[in-house]
Amino acid sequence: MRVSGSERLANYAILMAFAVFALYPLVGIVAAALQPDTQAPGGLANFGQAWEIGRFGSYLRASALVSVFVVAVSTVLSILAGFAFGTMRFRGSEALFYVMLIGIMVPAEAIVVPLFFDLRALGLTDTFWALALPQVAQSVAFGTFWLRAFFRSSNRSIIEAARLDGASTWRILWQVLVPLSRPALVTLVVLTFMWTWNEFLIPLVMVPTNESLRTAPLGLGFFSGQYTQGFSLLAAGAVIVAVPVVVLYLFLQRHFIAGMLEGAVRD
Amino acid sequence: MSSGTGSTTRRAGPPGEPRRVGYLFVLPAFAVYAAFALYPLLKAVYLSLWHWDGLTLATWAGLSNYADVLGDERLRGAFAHALVLMVFFAVLPLLVGLLLAAVLHRAKVRGLPFFRTVVFLPQVVAMVVIAVAWRRIYAPDGSLNSLLGAVGLDSWARGWLGDYTFALPAVGVVGTWLESGLVTVLLLAGMSRIPTELYEAARLDGAGPVREFLSVTLPSVRAEIAVALTLTVIAALKTFDLIYMTTSGGPGYSTTVPSYEVYRQAFEVGQVGLASTIGVVLTVIIFAISFVITRIGDRGGD
Repeated sequence: MRVSGSERLANYAILMAFAVFALYPLVGIVAAALQPDTQAPGGLANFGQAWEIGRFGSYLRASALVSVFVVAVSTVLSILAGFAFGTMRFRGSEALFYVMLIGIMVPAEAIVVPLFFDLRALGLTDTFWALALPQVAQSVAFGTFWLRAFFRSSNRSIIEAARLDGASTWRILWQVLVPLSRPALVTLVVLTFMWTWNEFLIPLVMVPTNESLRTAPLGLGFFSGQYTQGFSLLAAGAVIVAVPVVVLYLFLQRHFIAGMLEGAVRD
Repeated sequence: MSSGTGSTTRRAGPPGEPRRVGYLFVLPAFAVYAAFALYPLLKAVYLSLWHWDGLTLATWAGLSNYADVLGDERLRGAFAHALVLMVFFAVLPLLVGLLLAAVLHRAKVRGLPFFRTVVFLPQVVAMVVIAVAWRRIYAPDGSLNSLLGAVGLDSWARGWLGDYTFALPAVGVVGTWLESGLVTVLLLAGMSRIPTELYEAARLDGAGPVREFLSVTLPSVRAEIAVALTLTVIAALKTFDLIYMTTSGGPGYSTTVPSYEVYRQAFEVGQVGLASTIGVVLTVIIFAISFVITRIGDRGGD
C-alpha cells in the first residue's frame, strides 16, 4: 500500500521504540551478567563463577535429562495416538479424543496438589518419574491434538497407495506418514522442549529435597533466594538458564511462532 | 474399497475405515494422560470436598471450601487481582497489538522479520529469568528509578515491588511487556491475509485510515482477536512463577493470585482441601473463558 514518506518514517520510529521496549529487560540482564562485583570478576568469567557457585552444571544436566525424556516419550506416544484419531474410526474415538483435549487446558496448578500427595504415598516424590511423567501427560495431550489435525489433513491417496502395495498399518505410519509430517513434528518437538525446559511449578513441588534433580529454572529460583551478594552472578545464572531455548528459537523461530499461535485453540 | 463409507457414518467422525487396532495405538498415550493428568484432576475435585492438612485424617468439608473461596478476604482478593492482571496481560496488549499491527500493515516496512523475531522473544524465555530481569528494573536502586531521576521525577522513585499500591500494576506491566509481542505477531499474520481488494473498495468509497481500520481491518481479524484474548487471559491466570519469583504475593497479600494461593495453601499453610478447591475453581474459570471467547470469535466470523 502506498503511504507518504512521513508516515513511513513514523512507522520506523514506532517499530524501533517497540523493539527497544521488548529487548530492554533481556539486554539489561545480559549486560548485568558481564559486570564485575564483589564475587564476580567481570566479563565472561562471571559465567564460570556462576556455574561453580550456583551449581548450574548440575541443574542443566537435570533439565536436559528431563527434557529429552519428556520430548522423546511424548512425541512417540502422540504420533501413535494422533495417527489413530486422525485416520481410523473406532467406537468412542471422538469421546476419547475430547477427554484428552481437556488436558490442553487444565492448568498444572490444579493437578499438582493431588499428584504430590498421591506420589508421596507411593514413595515417588523426589524421583525422576515424579518430575517427568506429569509433564509427559500434559505434552501428550497437546501432541495428540496437534498430530491428529495433521494426519487428518494428510493426503489419503498416499495411504491408499501404500496399502495397495501391501504395506502394513505400522509401516504406513512410520515409513510413509511420519517422514511426510516432519514440519509438524519439528514444531511439536521444539514446543515440548521449551515447555519442559521452562517449567517451574512441577519441579518445585515434585522434587522438594533432591538437589540432583533440580532443573535449571528451579535452580535459578533457589540461587536467587540464597545468593544476595550482588546481582552479576544471578544475572549470569539467568542467562545460562535462558540460552538453550533462545538459541533453538533463533534457528527454528518459524516453528515456535507457528506452533504457539496455531496450536492455541484451533481445531 | 473400504466398506464402512455408508450413509450412517459420516459427520464429525475421522476419515478412514473402522479399525479396532485404533485402541491399541491410543492406549499408551491415554494411559499416561489418564494416570498423571486426568486422575489428578478428578482427585482434586474429590479433595476439594475435605479438610485435610496433608498428614492427619481428613474430615468431610462438603462445599465449605468453596464457600471459603468466596468468603475469605485474602482468596477473594486473589481472584480480584487476577482480574486486574487480565487488563494488563490481555486488554492492554490487544490495544498495543492492534495499533502496531494496523500501522505496520498499512505501510510495507523493511525489517519486519527481524522485528517479529525480537518482539516474540519474551515468549520463549523462562518466566523465572524474566522475573529476575524485572526485579532488577523495579529495585530501589534499579533502572526504573534511575530513569525517573533522570527526568526529574525523583519523588516518584520507590521500591516498586514492595509498594502496596504499585506492586500489582508493576507485575501487570511485566505481563503487558510479555504478551504485546505475541498479540502483534498474531494480528499481523491475520491482517496479511486480508485481500487488498477490500481496501481498494474502501478507498473508492473515500474511507480514511481510521474508517478503513474500523470497517475493513478490525472485522477481518476477529478470529485472531479471539485467539489472542484466549491465550493472554489464560496467561494472566497462570502467573505462578512470576508471582513466586517477584513478590510472593506481597506486600501483605496485595499481589497474591489464585495460582500462587494453590501452592501456598497446600505446601505452606497445610490446607490441602482448600488448595485443591482453588485449583478446581481456576480450571473451571479457564474452561469457561476459553469457551466464551471462542464462541464470540466464531459468531460473525465467516
